[in-house]
Amino acid sequence: MSNLSALERIHMQVMWNRLISVVEEQAQTLVRTAFSTSVREAGDLAAAVFDRQGRMLAQAVTGTPGHINAMAEAIVHFIAKYPVERMEPGDVYITNDPWLTSGHLHDVTVVTPTFHHGRVVALFANTCHVVDIGGRGFGPDARQVFEEGLNIPILPLFRRGEPNETLMEIVRTNVREPRQVVGDIFSFAASNDIGSRRLIAMMEEFDLDDLDALGEFIIESSRLATIERIARLPNGDYRNALTMDGYDAPVTLAATLSVRDDTIHVDYTGTSPASSHGINVVLNYTKAYTCFGVKCVVAPDIPNNYGSLLPITFSAPEGCILNVQRPFAVAARHIIGHLLPDTILGCLHQVVEGGCQAEGSASLWNVQLRGGPSVAREGFDGPIPEFEMLQFNSGGTGARPSKDGLSATAFPSGVRGMPVEANEAITPVVFWRKELRADSGGAGRQRGGLGQVIEIGGASGAPFDVLAMFERVYNAPKGRERGHDGAAGRVMLGSGKTLRPKGQQTIPSHDRLRLEMAGGGGFGDPLDRAAKRVADDVANGLVSVEHARDDYGVVCDALGNLDVAATDAERAHRRGA
Amino acid sequence: MNADPSAGIRLAVDIGGTFTDVVLEAGERRFTAKTLTTHDAPERGILTGFGQALAAARVAPGDVTVIIYGTTLATNLLIERKGAPTALVTTEGFRDSIEMRNENRYEQYDLGIDLPEPLVPRRLRLPVRERMNAAGEVLVPLDAAGVEALVPVLERAGVRSAAIGFLHSYLNSAHEVQARDILAARLPDVEFTLSSEVSPEMREYERLSTACANAYVQPLMSQHLKRLERILAEQGYRCPLFLMLSGGGITTLATAVRFPVRLVESGPAGGAIFASHIARELGLGGVVSYDMGGTTAKICLIDDGQPQTSRTFEVARVYRFMKGSGLPLRIPVIEMVEIGAGGGSIAGVDAMGRITVGPESAGSEPGPACYGRGGEAPTVTDADVVLGRIDPADFAGGSMALDRAAAERALTSAVGARLDLEPPHAALGVSEMVDENMANAARVHAIESGKVVEQRTVIAFGGAAPLHASRMAEKLGVARLVIPPGAGVGSAIGFLRAPVAYEVTRSHYQRLDRLEVESVNAMLDGMRAEAYGVVEPGAGGRELTETRTAFMRYVGQGHEVGVELPIRVEQPRLDADAAAQLRASFEREYHRLYERTIPDLEVEILTWVMLVSTRAPEHAAPPPPPQPSVATASGERSVLDTGTGEYRSVPVYRRDALVAGNRIEGPAVVVEKDTTTVVSARYVANVHPLGYLVLERKQQSVEESA
Repeated sequence: MSNLSALERIHMQVMWNRLISVVEEQAQTLVRTAFSTSVREAGDLAAAVFDRQGRMLAQAVTGTPGHINAMAEAIVHFIAKYPVERMEPGDVYITNDPWLTSGHLHDVTVVTPTFHHGRVVALFANTCHVVDIGGRGFGPDARQVFEEGLNIPILPLFRRGEPNETLMEIVRTNVREPRQVVGDIFSFAASNDIGSRRLIAMMEEFDLDDLDALGEFIIESSRLATIERIARLPNGDYRNALTMDGYDAPVTLAATLSVRDDTIHVDYTGTSPASSHGINVVLNYTKAYTCFGVKCVVAPDIPNNYGSLLPITFSAPEGCILNVQRPFAVAARHIIGHLLPDTILGCLHQVVEGGCQAEGSASLWNVQLRGGPSVAREGFDGPIPEFEMLQFNSGGTGARPSKDGLSATAFPSGVRGMPVEANEAITPVVFWRKELRADSGGAGRQRGGLGQVIEIGGASGAPFDVLAMFERVYNAPKGRERGHDGAAGRVMLGSGKTLRPKGQQTIPSHDRLRLEMAGGGGFGDPLDRAAKRVADDVANGLVSVEHARDDYGVVCDALGNLDVAATDAERAHRRGA
Repeated sequence: MNADPSAGIRLAVDIGGTFTDVVLEAGERRFTAKTLTTHDAPERGILTGFGQALAAARVAPGDVTVIIYGTTLATNLLIERKGAPTALVTTEGFRDSIEMRNENRYEQYDLGIDLPEPLVPRRLRLPVRERMNAAGEVLVPLDAAGVEALVPVLERAGVRSAAIGFLHSYLNSAHEVQARDILAARLPDVEFTLSSEVSPEMREYERLSTACANAYVQPLMSQHLKRLERILAEQGYRCPLFLMLSGGGITTLATAVRFPVRLVESGPAGGAIFASHIARELGLGGVVSYDMGGTTAKICLIDDGQPQTSRTFEVARVYRFMKGSGLPLRIPVIEMVEIGAGGGSIAGVDAMGRITVGPESAGSEPGPACYGRGGEAPTVTDADVVLGRIDPADFAGGSMALDRAAAERALTSAVGARLDLEPPHAALGVSEMVDENMANAARVHAIESGKVVEQRTVIAFGGAAPLHASRMAEKLGVARLVIPPGAGVGSAIGFLRAPVAYEVTRSHYQRLDRLEVESVNAMLDGMRAEAYGVVEPGAGGRELTETRTAFMRYVGQGHEVGVELPIRVEQPRLDADAAAQLRASFEREYHRLYERTIPDLEVEILTWVMLVSTRAPEHAAPPPPPQPSVATASGERSVLDTGTGEYRSVPVYRRDALVAGNRIEGPAVVVEKDTTTVVSARYVANVHPLGYLVLERKQQSVEESA
């Protein structure tokens, strides 16, 4: 790099910023035109540009970690099957193979080569969640991937500008919302075109024939910056294990994080074998959330690309739940994948100064509801409206070393929730409650974020099904450094009966589905939390009078009026004990 | 109240964070005054500025025919959290919607982020039993006793203002009205904001956030506005006072007191109106308005003289101007992108060895290193000094000598030393990066609106914009730029060009295949009556125009496309044919945005907007271009060329010595009191008869690159 002139180096930096802006434009186009709720409302998408060798140079910052880092691995498979030398202008390629891209059939990846002076100079790609892919629908109940829907191998979507009508015919025939799905796939291709046009304009402005030098510059600068951060950490092996509910049996995620000078390696030996149901994770997706977990602690400000991901490696024994093979079912793989960053944070907590945040609710609580003739009537004689609803909800994040956790906020997922009013306008359900869950944040010097409570009933009293895929019901998020655990989640009927946290179940007529999401773990000794802050939490109804006394040794009334003498005595007594 | 705001002696005042700008226009004459904002009593700064402008124009307060006021005070109350103690009365089970937001982290990789603090603490978010469904029908009647029981709670908390926001109240406001009636009868000193009045749109978080913001600023804003009205009367002003709105129109004091949240960001809105006026004057179809000051740059797209508008806005962002880190407001706004790129933005180097600029700003104290007031961090202004674009001896009309050596030192220590760049190249890197960031922001902003920037004209104003406009335009591929005179007080001038206007919005779900024409017409009649009720008192009998827009999308999509309704003033109702016409208009617009339509898919309408406004004055055709003439340079200066990275000597022109028809070949610089225009080597500048500097891209450079 040092052999470049000052002006050339400045231009490199400018072009790097431009590439990031280009993929940002690509992502915006996706958000604006998508049908799938998770893309347009929740930002569940990835957009990026790759060099001729399939190395990711820049990604849009809107993407979710699971997609983006998984897509980074995917492009080499495309160019292995369709070498860039044989690509032609107007070609576009597609796949949704879970093992090649981001781990379940709902995610479709579309790749478009960019031509400049008659030669492929780059590839634009995006991965987006489509509204349906056939099969059982979005849920954990399948036992094989073949039940989960249509699997499209890497195929041309367009050849020299001509759409692959045969493939589209197959897609239309196999999915529940054919117009929306096919509409989405075409808009994925259109967003790549926007990226290509911008890239060519940039190459003309800076008089470039290829991206070789720029790509080298980006990859090398990012790699060196990441290495420099890793080098600050002491060498060693750091272990952590986390137990979670699983589908029908507990799952252990075991990790050994090894820092060796300029690399970090995460090994998942000791992790439970694959599940008989669709919560299994393919290697790409494991890598995605592994890299995310490491990066957000070690190098959060370094942009994601091939170079910055290079020093972070991992391994998972074949057949474990983090490295399953066909035909294992994978549709609800996010449940496990979302817990990987917490697993890794538990390792890094032993290394980084000040420590890492406590465990949180982590896995999204995706509420997938279904109405219609397939729902058990159980005596209800009115009409049962047909509908599908998917909606995202989050519990609390773990307390941070110097700040409380975030209440009802997604981590590690990057998605957004949807307004209740918007859901009710398009779905025959009524949300009776969606609010913070008092006393769910783990007590600590820093309190864990609160979970939330949701109650949903059928609008006309009709029964409906829930395709439950909820985690952290039997295993609460753990606190750190004497911080208490957050409250575990609960899945039940409004009338009180407990439901299974995973699997399709019916909510009887005139009853409600009640979900209580886990709170984050606390950080530090609760007795070290300023009594005034505890009293404030009580006044705001986040912590009850009882929990203030029992967990924090703070005596106050419901309005937060502190009894200083009683608090001092209580705390002194506890510390002495 | 019937004065015409477009004639007579007209006074505008823009209270910003640092300066209070005053502009007085009397016929063709314009007088300006700039005073420091007096934060403790903003009226004082206004009176000082008015005094100066009136003295210069030799008129008395009683001669002034209209005053238009725009202010950042409402914004500041929200940013600094200095509003009145406020409560929120809301549907049981949903008291946390303003705290839970959309459950998202606005920055994915930073584990230490803070979420924006809700304006109303949880203890004052008071649930009440009641419920409407998504059709606006009552599921649970309002628990009147429960509302009554809130009275002592509100009293005990010393609440001065309360928002009332129930689920689905945008469809049926009965419960909100009923709750207010109960509470207002018992609490005569508390002001109430109904979410169904301030923002009657679907999406509870945004609607309640807007209602809370309105309630939060209302007591102090209404006090301030009423006091200002009284003081002006005491000083002998006998004219009506209008307020500039975030949506680009002006309105009466009565409306402003009712919906003070609509005053947020009225200063930048004035800037966009200023640029829109120039666009109409010069007959420019597509424009990028580019306003760069000390802390931020604001970019707005203008088509056919109309700035782009939006119904969402985020105020008080807590994290690097990042989307999602502020409070959402659903109010009519002029759509702009704002980035942390101004003259005071601080440069540095990140972990990858990349030069970064902003969003941290050195502000005016200590200011850039070259100010010599103790600032040690290099800023964009320091880079401009080192690059030769700003003459250290002739800054701010020569009132302040700048220290070039200090600028070089700062650039070396924070940028040059780490990257092995000499000060000129470090400065070039900083300047290139900030120009690139602004160009990228403009481009992404355009794509978000389904528009392109290349074919547009850039109108640049604000102290720092003319220095950076031509390079940013090169990066955008823009062929023409306009640098207006008076750019330092552009917002206040914009106030004087703004129409009396008001926008009414309603959520009313319709599908085109079963459009309920009668119910839509009834709703439009109600919206029309409300908008005329607000606009007519201030319009002075002038002709009003109506714009009615439906926000539509394919069923299943999440983002809407605005489509004008097929109705006319002489036939103000939808007819039986409306669905077909709407579908055709929607598909036309959708195709324009995304280059395709989706056959066989149904179309739905979510939101309806009615804008009633006084008609913009017709512009006379611009005077014929004068004979081209060669301008006389006043000297030369060494300026770094962005293409070669070398200094070269370029001519310097004084703007006040230029006459219409003067032609200046780039590279050159044109200096004036408040700013300097850089004419890069790829442009040629012409002086327009109306005083504008118009930069056109040289033809040969197109041929060269072809």
